[in-house]
Amino acid sequence: MQIEVIYCGVLKDLFGCQREEVYLAEDDTVAILLTELRERLTVETKIWNSLAVAVNDEYAGMRKILKDGDEVALLPPVSGGLCAG
Amino acid sequence: MRVEIVYDALPVAEVMEQIKAGADGAVCVFDGIVRNNTRGRQTLCLDYEAKLPMALTQMEGLAREALQRFAVRDVALLHRLGRLQIGETSVLIVVASAHRGAAFEACRWLIDTLKKQVPIWKKECFVDGAVWADGEPFPAEIALNEV
Repeated sequence: MQIEVIYCGVLKDLFGCQREEVYLAEDDTVAILLTELRERLTVETKIWNSLAVAVNDEYAGMRKILKDGDEVALLPPVSGGLCAG
Repeated sequence: MRVEIVYDALPVAEVMEQIKAGADGAVCVFDGIVRNNTRGRQTLCLDYEAKLPMALTQMEGLAREALQRFAVRDVALLHRLGRLQIGETSVLIVVASAHRGAAFEACRWLIDTLKKQVPIWKKECFVDGAVWADGEPFPAEIALNEV
């Protein structure tokens, strides 16, 4: 099945693109997708420990089962509003 | 309730005036502006980006929750995206209520919660390059703890 992955914030720079299509097996989960994406990235980064994921624009957990055509956004810790601190 | 994501200057005075109604005794405003430094390092400008339409949906959810949780009469929650200069407003929160206590509390809760869970990011431009700002850790119910 085909999943559209969206990279937000710093992840866009790390992966060098804003979105890409990823092919997974039926019933694969968010966890499996992340493992696959993690292997593609050659740079070392701590970002994986602080991510959130949104499936079709709703926050989702690692065990969420993906469906063909889902959009999965990888979200680094957010920093909207005013400056940090 | 007024919730918007915009790319131009936020209409601070207009939102403040428009929200007022006869039953209100207090209007509490939080005007988040771009500071000229980050931990002492001079900032030139900030670039804000969001995951859309998710950010707007999340902001609408927060505004509705604030109305219920604090029993305030009305809420405006606006965020600007794109390149912002020093002193410009990036986020505007206006709460109208019969009494000041609830207005202050709702305003504080809205900015604190927005900063933790609305998918918006900023890149800080310095003289010698640009970096994505460290965000706040996600709340436990959103974070992928099983990693």
